[in-house]
This record gives sequence, C-alpha cells and structure tokens, in this order.
Amino acid sequence: MFRYWNPHIERMPVDDLHKLQEDRLRSLVRFVYAHSSFYRDRFRETGVEPDDIKQLSDVTKLPFTQKIDLRNTYPTGMFCLPGDWVVRYHVSSGTTGKPTVVGYTQGDIDMWTDSLARALTSIGLGRGDVIQVGYGYGLFTGGLGLHYGAEKIGATVLPIGAGNTERQIELMQDLGSTAIACTPSYFLYINEVAQNMGISIRDDTKLKVGVFGAEPWSNETRKRIEEATGIKAYDIFGTSEMSGPLFTECHLQNGIHVWADLFLIEAVDPDTDEQVADGERGELVVTSLDKWAFPLIRFRLGDLTIIDHEPCECGRTHPRILRILGRTDDMIVVRGINVFPSQVESVLMRIPEVGDHYQIIVDRKGPLDVMTVEVEVTEQVFSDKIADLMTLSNRISKELRNVLNITAEVNLVEPGSIPRSMGKAKRVIDKRQV
Amino acid sequence: MVAIKQISIFMENKPGSLARVAKTLSGGGVNIRALTVAEAGDFGVIRMVVDDTAKGYQVLRDGGFTVSETDVLAVELKDVPGGLYEIAKTLGESNINMDYAYAFVTAKAERALLIVRVDDLNGAVEVLQKAGIAIATRQEVQNI
Repeated sequence: MFRYWNPHIERMPVDDLHKLQEDRLRSLVRFVYAHSSFYRDRFRETGVEPDDIKQLSDVTKLPFTQKIDLRNTYPTGMFCLPGDWVVRYHVSSGTTGKPTVVGYTQGDIDMWTDSLARALTSIGLGRGDVIQVGYGYGLFTGGLGLHYGAEKIGATVLPIGAGNTERQIELMQDLGSTAIACTPSYFLYINEVAQNMGISIRDDTKLKVGVFGAEPWSNETRKRIEEATGIKAYDIFGTSEMSGPLFTECHLQNGIHVWADLFLIEAVDPDTDEQVADGERGELVVTSLDKWAFPLIRFRLGDLTIIDHEPCECGRTHPRILRILGRTDDMIVVRGINVFPSQVESVLMRIPEVGDHYQIIVDRKGPLDVMTVEVEVTEQVFSDKIADLMTLSNRISKELRNVLNITAEVNLVEPGSIPRSMGKAKRVIDKRQV
Repeated sequence: MVAIKQISIFMENKPGSLARVAKTLSGGGVNIRALTVAEAGDFGVIRMVVDDTAKGYQVLRDGGFTVSETDVLAVELKDVPGGLYEIAKTLGESNINMDYAYAFVTAKAERALLIVRVDDLNGAVEVLQKAGIAIATRQEVQNI
C-alpha cells in the first residue's frame, strides 16, 4: 500500500545524495552568478565567488536572502531567466506588505509536481484515489500545486478550491473523495458543518486521508482531527518562494521528508546566523537545487523547526523537518515573553472540553500587555453550574501558564462565535499595533 | 418523579444576549415561567423554567445556543413571612445543599414557587414532603 514514486532517488544512499547535492549546488552558484545582477552584487558584498563553493559545507559562505529582498526587487528582480522562459506566475497575497511574485519554467513546474508526486505516494495515495483539492486556486500556490501533483500520480482530482462548504461535503459523498487537501482549520470547519447536516465524515464518506498545511498546526490538533473523523491527517509543507506545497510526512507521520536532490536545507540560529545541530531548533534556510526561473540561495523562511538527517524507517534517506513550530513573524511578544500561537494551540487541544476553534487577542491595558485566549464552550461540556465553568476557565489558564510561562485571561465564548476561515485561519488579533 | 426540567443557556456577557434568547423562544411560541441570569464576568448562564421544556430546548438548540437541561425542584413557597426560611431550614437540617434558587409568583398570584437546585434531589424531595411542603409537578408548572 505504501510505495515509492521514485525509489532510486528516495532511497539513495546518503553519500550519493550528498554528492548529487554538491554537484547541483556548484552548478546553481555559477548559474545565478552568470544570470542575475542581484546575486552578483550580493556575492560581491559578501566577498564570495562561485569558485569558492567546492563542497557542500561551503554553503555557509554564501549570503542569506530573505523576503525583504523579494519585495525590494519587486516584481521579478530576483528571477534568473528572462520572461520568455517563464510559463507561470504565482503571487502572494501581500497582506503583510507588497505582494511577492514567483515564476516557473516548465522544468520548475515539473520539479514541483514530481516532488508532490513522491510525497502523495508516500502517504498511500495513487490511482483510484479521489483527491478533493480544497486549497484556493489562482494566484495562491496551494490549489494548482496539489492539483498537478495529484494528477501526476494518477489520482482523480476534484478541483473544488476553498469555500462552498456544504458543496464540499455533498461532492465528497457523491464522488467518493478518499483524500482532501486544505488548511487544518478549514477541515475542522467542514467537519462541523457536516455534523450540522447530519453527516458523519467517518461513517458517511469514503475520506481516509487529509493533507493539511498552509498554516502552523499542532500534533494535538492532528489527534483531534483523526479521532473525530477517522482519517489520517498528514502535514504538508512548502512556501510560495520554494514553489508552493512540496513535501509531506510519510505514512509514519514522523517528520516531513524534504527531497535533498531538490532542496538543500539548513537550520540556523536566528540571532547568530550559525547553523544549529540536528535536534536543535533553528530558522529554516533553503537553497533550491533544481529550480531555475527563480532559484533560491540560502533563503530564510522565517519558519522555526528542527531538522533530522537520520534516514527514516520508511526507507527514505532524505532529511526530515519535524513539525513547523511557527514562523518568526507569527511570534507574539507579550510582556517580553515569546509566544507562538502553535504553543497555545497545543495546550488548548489537549483539553477535551475545549472546542476546535480559538483566538488569541493581545491588547495593552495601561503599560501592561494582556493576552486573552477565547475558546468556545461545547454543548457536551456546558454545565449549568457557574462553578464548573469557572473551573474549566481556570484550568485552561493554569495549563497555559505552565507551558507559556505567562498569565493569559481565558474567555469562554459561545460556539460559532469565533470566525471560521476557508483558508489560513487568523488566530491572533494584536490590538496593540492599531 | 416530581423534579422538573430547567433549561440553562450559556451566554457571553454582552448587550443583546438575552434579547436573542427571548426572541428565539417567542418565535417558537414558548412561554417563560421563571428566569434568572447568573453572571460570572465575561460570561453568564441564563436559567429558566418554561411551559414546554422539550420545545424550548429544541428551538434554542436549533437557534445555535449552547443549552443544557437540569433537574430542579419547584417548591411551593407560602406567601407569608418565614416562607423561605421553612424550606431552607428543612434542607439545611438534612445537610442538603442548595446550589442556587430563584422564586416567582404564579400568574394567578395564588402561590409562589421557589425553583431550587440541590445536590441531593431524592433526599430533598423526601425531607420536604415529610415537612409538609408541597412540590409542584411538571404538569402543574406547565398549566400555571
């Protein structure tokens, strides 16, 4: 049932993989230097030349790049091939600044598709599966990325996109979807709507796999989804700069396999910029090894994670990134303490009485930051006694304090009152910036 | 069993909350017999006894409210000084705790009823009846 898409590459001995990475890194460095004034300038500022890159460890000699570089060179200043090579653009929403544009040659699209074909195969999907793509289509990379990956492995694609929740559920039943790809928060909402329609995803649909990403989510949420709906929930990762969604966990659900022939990954300490060891938390930095219209050199993603280079029990030799803990730009600082929404989520989802949806509100009262966590009271636990509700609220607050080392106010709110999202959920409302 | 069903609703403490409940019940043709609001900071619990509990529960659920049903007693309260004392004393002497209570006068003003939630329902019924205090049945409350 669990097979390889490309066993030769996926199980390649580690030494051979490194050799392949080394060759590709050397070619890449020459390529960007020859084709892009942006990279030539950046290399010169850093005092590095293509010939300095002889082995894999020389990657640390290369300059970092980051999102701000993309914005400063808007729209296509970091592209390394002229426009007539580009077969497609994707554009990020630009909610946090100017939009960013990424471009692909046909080969880049094929690389992206192949990466997802390996990933989807590793979670047991293939011919005979019906994959409901509930990510947005269009400028967002999620929908089209999954679409081509799913077609490549011979599965049937249901390109419904995000939203239209009742229709999602009807078509899931009528066309027998066996897998769905969307944000985890949207899937929780789909499940909620299905229940209101009197439909059990577990008993009344053929759904068995969820491919969830585009927002950070915790293991506790995974457990909830799996227990509530009987499906297997897999984490998918990739950013628009890297192409879009590219990698998933394998069926063992033990870290996301990052194909080393396609991307070189490092974890660096965000303060010192030094590489951190396997098992230590660092900011994910990626270098593309087979992507040409818009290659990446040591691009800082801002995602915090832990890398594990040990080959996986599934036989794949490529490094894994353990769950994305959050992005440096998602982090909120409350009274000087760093808080990731995903930490709050993992505390909340461990408490069975807490509903699936939550929101974090940070405000300033006088000189003090106040963090309020809103959670919905589910009917199953609603007690007529105020004391029981106070106990619940105190318990949540205490658990949050244990994990985050910060006092949070807990507001119990009515079910359905926290906004549901069809795409990336908005978990944090920071009123201090207004 | 003489216990009657009370409906409890979880509400956020904000303007218009009670109005939404009242509107929903009125739309369902459900009549409120007695009602109390308990607040605890940001949220509160509305407790009520209605003429048709099953229907009240259903329309509120369909309206998206978080609702629960609780067994309570509707104890007859003599409309004279010392009426409440008699009930409270009877329960207290038997070591039965009242979680909360609220009273209302019936439409015809013939008698007052005290809605009370206790930690030992059967025990409370027994000692109250022994003390000669009447407890209204579901039918009686419905027909008020």
